[in-house]
Amino acid sequence: MDVNKKYTPQSWPDHPETATLEGKNKFVGFWLLIAAESITFASLFATYLALKDKGPSGMDMFAKDLYELPLVFAMTMILLTSSLTSVYAMYHMKNHNFKAMQAWLGITVLLGASFLGLEIYEFNHYVHLGFGYTHSAFSSAFFTLVGVHGAHVLFGLGWFVSLMIRNSKRGLNMYNAPKFYLAALYWHFIDVVWVFIFTVVYLMGVMG
Amino acid sequence: MSSYAQKKGFGATIWDYMTTVDHKKIAILYLISGGIFFLIGGVEALLIRIQLATAGSDFLSAGTYNEVLTMHGTTMIFLAAMPILLAFMNAIMPLQIGARDVAFPFLNSLGFWLFSFGGLFLNLSWFMGGAPDAGWTNYASLALASETHGIDFYSLGLTISGFGTLISGINFLVTIINMRAPGMTYMRMPLFTWTTFVASALILLAFPPLTVGVFFMVFDRMFGANFFEVTMGGNTIIWEHLFWIFGHPEVYILILPAFGIFSEIFSIFSRKRLFGYSALVFATILIGFLGFMVWAHHMFTVGLGPTANAIFALATMAIAVPTGVKIFNWLLTIWGGSISFTTPMMYAVGFIPSFVAGGVTGIMQAIAPLDYQLHDSYFIVAHFHYVIVGGVVLGILAATHLYWPKMFGTMLSEKLGKWTFWTFFIGFHLTFFIQHFLGLLGMPRRVYTFVGGQGWDLFNLISSIGAAFMAIGVIILLVNVVLTTIKNERVGNDPWGDGRTLEWSIPSPPPFYNFAQTPLVRGLDTYWIEKMEGNKEGMTYSEPIGDIHMPNGSIIPFFISFFMFVAAFGALYFPDGKPWALPVLIIGLALMFGCMVIRSLKDDHGFYVKKEDILKDLEGGKTDGRK
Amino acid sequence: MKSMSKGLKKWRLFALMSALLVFLAGCGREEISTLIPAGKVAQDQFNLLLLSTAVMTLVIVVVSIIYVLAIVKFRRSKVGEDMIPEQVEGSAKLEAIWTGIPIVLLLILAVPTVYSTFDLADVSSMDVQAEDGEGMTNVTVNVMANLYWWEFEYPEFGIVTSQELVVPVGERVYFNLAAADVKHSFWIPSIGGKLDTNTDNVNTFYLEFDRASSELEDGVFYGKCAELCGPSHALMDFKVKSLPADEFDQWVTAMQDEQAAPVEGEMAQAGQELFEQSCIACHATSGVGEGGKTSPNLATFGDRNRVAGYMEHTEENVKNWIEDPQKYKPGNIMPSGKELNGGEDFTEEELDALAAYLMGLSVEE
Repeated sequence: MDVNKKYTPQSWPDHPETATLEGKNKFVGFWLLIAAESITFASLFATYLALKDKGPSGMDMFAKDLYELPLVFAMTMILLTSSLTSVYAMYHMKNHNFKAMQAWLGITVLLGASFLGLEIYEFNHYVHLGFGYTHSAFSSAFFTLVGVHGAHVLFGLGWFVSLMIRNSKRGLNMYNAPKFYLAALYWHFIDVVWVFIFTVVYLMGVMG
Repeated sequence: MSSYAQKKGFGATIWDYMTTVDHKKIAILYLISGGIFFLIGGVEALLIRIQLATAGSDFLSAGTYNEVLTMHGTTMIFLAAMPILLAFMNAIMPLQIGARDVAFPFLNSLGFWLFSFGGLFLNLSWFMGGAPDAGWTNYASLALASETHGIDFYSLGLTISGFGTLISGINFLVTIINMRAPGMTYMRMPLFTWTTFVASALILLAFPPLTVGVFFMVFDRMFGANFFEVTMGGNTIIWEHLFWIFGHPEVYILILPAFGIFSEIFSIFSRKRLFGYSALVFATILIGFLGFMVWAHHMFTVGLGPTANAIFALATMAIAVPTGVKIFNWLLTIWGGSISFTTPMMYAVGFIPSFVAGGVTGIMQAIAPLDYQLHDSYFIVAHFHYVIVGGVVLGILAATHLYWPKMFGTMLSEKLGKWTFWTFFIGFHLTFFIQHFLGLLGMPRRVYTFVGGQGWDLFNLISSIGAAFMAIGVIILLVNVVLTTIKNERVGNDPWGDGRTLEWSIPSPPPFYNFAQTPLVRGLDTYWIEKMEGNKEGMTYSEPIGDIHMPNGSIIPFFISFFMFVAAFGALYFPDGKPWALPVLIIGLALMFGCMVIRSLKDDHGFYVKKEDILKDLEGGKTDGRK
Repeated sequence: MKSMSKGLKKWRLFALMSALLVFLAGCGREEISTLIPAGKVAQDQFNLLLLSTAVMTLVIVVVSIIYVLAIVKFRRSKVGEDMIPEQVEGSAKLEAIWTGIPIVLLLILAVPTVYSTFDLADVSSMDVQAEDGEGMTNVTVNVMANLYWWEFEYPEFGIVTSQELVVPVGERVYFNLAAADVKHSFWIPSIGGKLDTNTDNVNTFYLEFDRASSELEDGVFYGKCAELCGPSHALMDFKVKSLPADEFDQWVTAMQDEQAAPVEGEMAQAGQELFEQSCIACHATSGVGEGGKTSPNLATFGDRNRVAGYMEHTEENVKNWIEDPQKYKPGNIMPSGKELNGGEDFTEEELDALAAYLMGLSVEE
């Protein structure tokens, strides 16, 4: 099959992401990668829970009084919305509407970037309070868990942007459709992880 | 594109291997580098046994001994056993399912280069201030206290090679899920493919905890984190959990492919279908599943409490059931067969008693209260060497002889092969059987010396003599490889004469596109079925001869791995306050991501092998089983 | 011919002798072998070893019979070169048998395993007060593992010792185990299995000592560190003296006596002076006190079985050790003799004096 073949919305298959063997391979492989990523985050969560509020004797910074819940709630809403906009993008991808897809992806990237900006602000705030990376076992575990998620967000943004730029001229084809699809899948995964972070780290943290 | 048949110069060959994405060539790369690491690990083992041959020996200093023992374990597990098994998985599994390559040839190459640069990085520690010295388990309190950069080489080296292994695992899984030839249902897959499948799933789920663990170690030692720093609220037991959540499945990642290899051998050299094929498949899956439920049996003496110990003791015992099922099915496979004692079969036959011995001592250690005595004594050393050497290494040696013709087109000498078997096998039992008793007599493991007169002197000497036998066996194997390569007597498709699965239906070595026509699989042991029906065409085919799509080679995997290797040096020297460390780390990572971006942005659609070229190959008898 | 048969005979004799030697060495030394248990815990564990060995032998016998029959009966040379065996698929009945029987065998092992796991971890009576209100019914020892030496604190008696654990025979002794620097593991093979000394928490278990160690050839049981802890892990030995109850009480009383015994002999007195200049900053010489010190308590030095836990108990070894501790236990934290003596090596006389003083530190008669 010629992967560079031009398509119209009519000739475009229902599931372009798995229409070629290459696409199918990527699809299955990516789900497996997500499985491995889930285990990675599970390990980080377990460590965080084990080390929560643990520090040198006399430590006076605990999850209960530290976290900025309103800020984090705003971040959560932004990221959840970005997941929704990426769904719109994929909807248009499946309908072979390249421009609309690019537009929705652009919005997704903007939302993701503002999430990241707020996260940097949040981290900066904690560091200024004296809660730096080396402050305690608690701080190391917190920054590592949330920071690794942040790094995933950054990677996802880079992925979206490079795909959008690379394919801006040539539109959708069977070669790049799976790539867009997987980037969006990855974005959902990041979002799901954040829901867990919001619940386990922040909500459970503030409630004690 | 018929240039593949031409003779190449040395430089061109090297370039070819550096850029190859062909699973068969990557297999050879894995075999060579894994083989070299196996020799290094073997020399380290000999140093250990020389040191312990007599009481109070000062052949090695205390510090050096700890480095040698750490590197022996780390090298053998991560850099020898795993890559050599990955070599056979790469070489054989795609052929067994009738595929022309793996699902992600580029990633396959990347996996190899990450592994080899990780292994190189780890071994450079010998020349750069000292090797890791906290045991291959690298328990956190000792690792944090270690003063040299050895532990950093360990953490960063394993991070790099661990990524490589994870990538290979995903690759094999997708290959098996998506790329099976028509008719190759799951329950018709050869057992080696099945064990590759389950072992890959274990890699997928077991390596992330290790990566997270060594990541914590890197950050604790280099960037001031406090995961394991008890005075800062850290907890060293977290390392033990993460390590063993990885570490126990890791053992099965090693042993399951060996089980697969032996299953093939029993069947081929008894000329019999595997007895209880579906039970063997089910047992494989069950072992893989239970492998994740038992990690704390490595931690019975940590003080997790009687409830945890009792639960993990029972879970561990449960693994004996599927393992026993396997042993009995193998026995019933050779029962009523026509056994030909070739070298691979000798290994398979030698494997049964060795592995049963390793298995029963495993059950003894599953009995938690008894394990309080056996844990960290020489008994455990004996046990895991019975499983790893008696299972995995015998499997590797068997596969080397079995698949050598398929990988290189020549047969290893059977005579020298049997010499290797006997010296290695006798040496192995001599070395390790007696160590059970050393443990029972109270000798702890990982001791660089022992005081004479505690009842251990004679047994240690015997054990060291056994190690010499094993070394002789390996040397004979090397001689065998050299002689065979010099003689270069080419062999046909099915050199053992009793091949049953698809890999034996195509030339040795196969053309780079493997199958001129994708075969149609008509049952378990599909090539055997065709042979028994007297099919002159070799196989039944599922497609006419036509153009074949193949991937292009690429040098990018080499550079991605190389830049990660460079970045690791930056991380390593960062805490020393070297001014160039941070730039090296950042630039290395940037170049690495740069390579990934190039890969992502550059379209690579592969190329087509033209029908004419395939027909030409067919005439030369280079492609399939047609006589 | 004759010489050859003689050579053969010699060879046979040699083979026989070595077989015998292996057999005799089989059970090891009673000071340290798990095969010669000298306490309830080791005995329970030994019984589990016997039970599991018996069950496993049964398995091995069954496998061996099938295995040997198969490889003898079905060789190709026997069944014929062209024989194509019947391609049997399997047998559900057989699968059920070799799934079911192992499960039964495992259940036989599982019951005592679970019982014993809980039994050996039962420290509920550790803090029970004696009926007369004086102290506890059981002895408790706080063990602190340090890089290559062991400290044993007896909180009820207010005493502390190091390198040699002293315990009463016939009583349950409870242990609180912890490590001061890196992880170690506390193991007395002939008395009972090991338990780790973690840096994170205190582990607790008990042991019982059925025999007085004076009955042993070397007079002590051998204890080991069982977790890799650095260069001198192999040398991190300790010794155990198990005393009959009355002797143990005497020992405790002697340890509790704060009145230092007068140092006898000129040499030893000179040694004492030196000790008070160079060593007293780290090493205590009174058995009264608490645990958690940075250096071993030397109150019982003269009573010990070994120098530095593993060397013969001679003045020569004491002197060697003081001169260069790193040579004998690489990686330990004790400074060299030169550093202790303000930059100058101890003279031979000074070393003699120190050794004499140390060898005189004793609480036993």
